[in-house]
Amino acid sequence: MTKIKPAKKKKPLQKTRTPMPEQDPAARIKNFGEVPLGYSPEQARQEAARCLQCKKPVCVDGCPVQVDIPGFVKLTAEGKFAEAARLIKRTNSLPAICGRVCPQETQCEIKCVLGKKFEPVAIGRLERFVADYERENNLVELPEKKPPLAKKVAVVGSGPAGLTVAGNLVLLGYDVTVFEAFHKPGGVLMYGIPEFRLPERIIQEEVNYLLRLGVKLELNQVIGRSITIDELMEREGFDAVFIGVGAGLPIFLGLPGEDLGGVYSASEYLTRSNLMKAYRFPEYDTPIVRGNNVSVIGGGNVAMDSARTALRLGAQTVTIVYRRSRDELPARAEEIHHAEEEGVVLKLLTNPVAFEGDDRGMVRRMQCLRMELGEPDDSGRRRPVPIEGSQFAFDTDLVILAIGSRANPLLTKSTPGLSLNRWGYIEVDEMGRTSKPGVWAGGDIVTGSATVIEAMGAGKTAARDIHQCLSEGSGVVRLWRVDTKTH
Amino acid sequence: MPRILQKSELVPDIHQLVVQSPQLAAKARPGHFVIVMADPQGERIPLTIADFDPSGGTITLVLMVVGTSSAKLAKLAEGDDLHAMIGPLGHSSEIDRFGTLVMVAGGVGTAPIYPIARAMHQRGNRVISIQGARSAELLFWREKLAAVSDRHIITTDDGSLGRKALVTEPLGELLESGGEGKIDRVYAIGPAIMMKFCAQTTRPLGVKTIVSLNTIMVDGTGMCGGCRVRVGEKSLFTCVDGPEFDGHLVDWDNVLSRQKIYTAEEKCSLDRYIKEARQQ
Ligand SMILES: Cc1cc2nc3c(=O)[nH]c(=O)nc-3n(C[C@H](O)[C@H](O)[C@H](O)COP(=O)(O)OP(=O)(O)OC[C@H]3O[C@@H](n4cnc5c(N)ncnc54)[C@H](O)[C@@H]3O)c2cc1C
Ligand SMILES: Cc1cc2nc3c(=O)[nH]c(=O)nc-3n(C[C@H](O)[C@H](O)[C@H](O)COP(=O)(O)OP(=O)(O)OC[C@H]3O[C@@H](n4cnc5c(N)ncnc54)[C@H](O)[C@@H]3O)c2cc1C
Ligand code: SF4
Ligand code: SF4
Ligand code: FES
Repeated sequence: MTKIKPAKKKKPLQKTRTPMPEQDPAARIKNFGEVPLGYSPEQARQEAARCLQCKKPVCVDGCPVQVDIPGFVKLTAEGKFAEAARLIKRTNSLPAICGRVCPQETQCEIKCVLGKKFEPVAIGRLERFVADYERENNLVELPEKKPPLAKKVAVVGSGPAGLTVAGNLVLLGYDVTVFEAFHKPGGVLMYGIPEFRLPERIIQEEVNYLLRLGVKLELNQVIGRSITIDELMEREGFDAVFIGVGAGLPIFLGLPGEDLGGVYSASEYLTRSNLMKAYRFPEYDTPIVRGNNVSVIGGGNVAMDSARTALRLGAQTVTIVYRRSRDELPARAEEIHHAEEEGVVLKLLTNPVAFEGDDRGMVRRMQCLRMELGEPDDSGRRRPVPIEGSQFAFDTDLVILAIGSRANPLLTKSTPGLSLNRWGYIEVDEMGRTSKPGVWAGGDIVTGSATVIEAMGAGKTAARDIHQCLSEGSGVVRLWRVDTKTH
Repeated sequence: MPRILQKSELVPDIHQLVVQSPQLAAKARPGHFVIVMADPQGERIPLTIADFDPSGGTITLVLMVVGTSSAKLAKLAEGDDLHAMIGPLGHSSEIDRFGTLVMVAGGVGTAPIYPIARAMHQRGNRVISIQGARSAELLFWREKLAAVSDRHIITTDDGSLGRKALVTEPLGELLESGGEGKIDRVYAIGPAIMMKFCAQTTRPLGVKTIVSLNTIMVDGTGMCGGCRVRVGEKSLFTCVDGPEFDGHLVDWDNVLSRQKIYTAEEKCSLDRYIKEARQQ
């Protein structure tokens, strides 16, 4: 085990993380500006100096794409911020995004040895700082590109998985086109994660960077409808296709009153607010129901994002209704903390059973049951069971269902030869190959809802294999093989 | 970018746009729709592909001005580009040899029903169309629809042309009188309330009635659930499961109330748009 010893430093080790300035809760619920404001160069160097530069940096094992954490942190401590950013980009092409939205507390930071006794190095904050620094000071350099190959790759979906494939392959000289169904690129980064956690301009910049590298972007193309995968390969001459369409199918509960006005899936609520900018209605044309007493069903990150969006849209009360207890809340600790700080109330061990509306068909009340925790279920978490006779109701004029998503069948149904698992997700082998020759897949459409960095990891793996298959010239078809992973 | 090649006001407040899109023109089938955005601040609104010309590489949209988004689209000129046009979306109509069909078009519904009537007619069905509007000056594509119909009935609310009646009157008579023989299927496209009453007219007689729902949408790809409707015992998404459904199974009250979710916001938006347009 690595020894905890502040190497060759006179100054004693700072035990706690350098705090990052944040917008005050009372002020921030009135705007959509970013909540954490980012480090100053001094704060970043101070925090970076805490890293012990471990010989065996266990933090790296926690990162799905193995960012050279000690390396970039050292450069940061030395004030070489742009160099630090470039080092990260060798393995992670979207550091400004990952630094903001990675669940570091369960990935890189949980492994940091400092965390055993003190607080771990704030890896995410540093990653964000150096990436922002590089971008804001116009220090982003275009990396060297390999000479063009006469090979075309189509990427379906412009979420983190698709953008990663595009970025990796364009550098290797491929002619890459990204097809996106929406009128803006970025996937969940653009339409799901709110502006106050991930500003749109950061996604735009990352996409612009890819465009400058030569990636082509075709917006408003619903693959499967506008054009099919078979047509891309047979008619448009694409040598390989990567599918990164995410898991875009909302789940509803099937409860009475669910079709009332003012009952939204989180996807619709967040898409209206983020992608369509309903929070700036009527300057933007898309409307959104603004409730006074808002209920959000579910306890994950999507629920927290919905709740915090509702507050910013002027709600007086926002209540998270979750059927298990606080310990089982799947959201990141930081998100729960931010939400509670802003005034979001948690109604735990509570499950909705019906929604009631007014004569205009708008939701006005919710009937719930209180729950208690019973035996553990398949997921290992204790199963919530209703307490008999515990039904109660409360007033609510906006309900957001944030209870997960499934695989959207629009593309998979129109693509013969693609084998799916029983939940409709695409089956791939460890290289990301699907059962259809020439077609790879990765991200949420393979794993179900996961994380940005995992989607990027899948993109990286697939890009490497696509390159291998196409550069060997051995003919993708002959090479084909699928050992289906179990998910 | 999809460019508007031709634009005209067919009748007051109903505009026809011929838009360049070879890809869509090649893929479009009767019953398909597109989602369009007039400008970057705009809403994504669904419009039926009312006609398509694969050789010319164009599709035709017909839109009625009812609020901000349709007003913005109506204001665009020939040579302008739409900010976005996505499609073709939805299931296309089932075109088969059914026998005798009654196609009921209310108001702007004439546009979406036209390509279906044409395909049904070409397929060898006997097509009886009933075209209704508030008054004569609001009827458009009369000749077009008549040309693909074996019989063409016009109704107006004020009696200024054709019969002074609602479309359900001749529909009921056709079904009951037997003068046209057995009616095998009815199509009804128009305002939700009209489709509801058409379905009510045909239900007791057990004649299958297909309607095309105009729910509020966002993505049009099954991602948000905003377009959900109750059909039979199920909650379905209009954009991917429809837009055509069996009118006898649709929960009409739910359709009608869900169309009114944003009434206040729509008014606010339109008032603001009109004020701005005046200032320009
Ligand atoms: C509200 C919310 C908050 C989240 N917060 C976090 C977080 O803080 N940290 C974290 O790590 N993860 C978070 N996640 C999860 C994370 O965003 C996803 O795991 C990740 O975005 C998956 O990436 P992807 O590339 O597989 O797909 P997506 O990001 O879903 O992108 C898929 C893209 O494909 C497009 N597409 C779909 N179908 C088609 C088609 N037929 N043709 C063309 N294009 C198509 C879609 O429009 C979309 O743009 C969050 C998710 C949500 C919903
Ligand atoms: C599959 C489909 C095909 C359609 N085809 C046509 C067509 O060919 N021609 C045509 O004129 N209209 C068509 N519509 C209806 C058209 O989309 C709406 O009239 C338009 O969205 C209204 O927008 P607005 O901003 O001008 O009006 P708003 O001020 O938004 O609303 C006015 C009225 O339109 C309805 N509406 C509002 N937003 C939407 C929305 N996103 N989708 C549907 N209805 C909405 C409201 O219920 C309201 O009653 C179709 C709708 C669907 C679902
Ligand atoms: S990419 Fe994410 S997990 Fe990896 S080092 Fe950066 S913040 Fe940590
Ligand atoms: S971040 Fe933590 S685990 Fe990684 S090198 Fe620094 S001190 Fe060691
Ligand atoms: S419009 Fe979003 S699911 Fe149909």
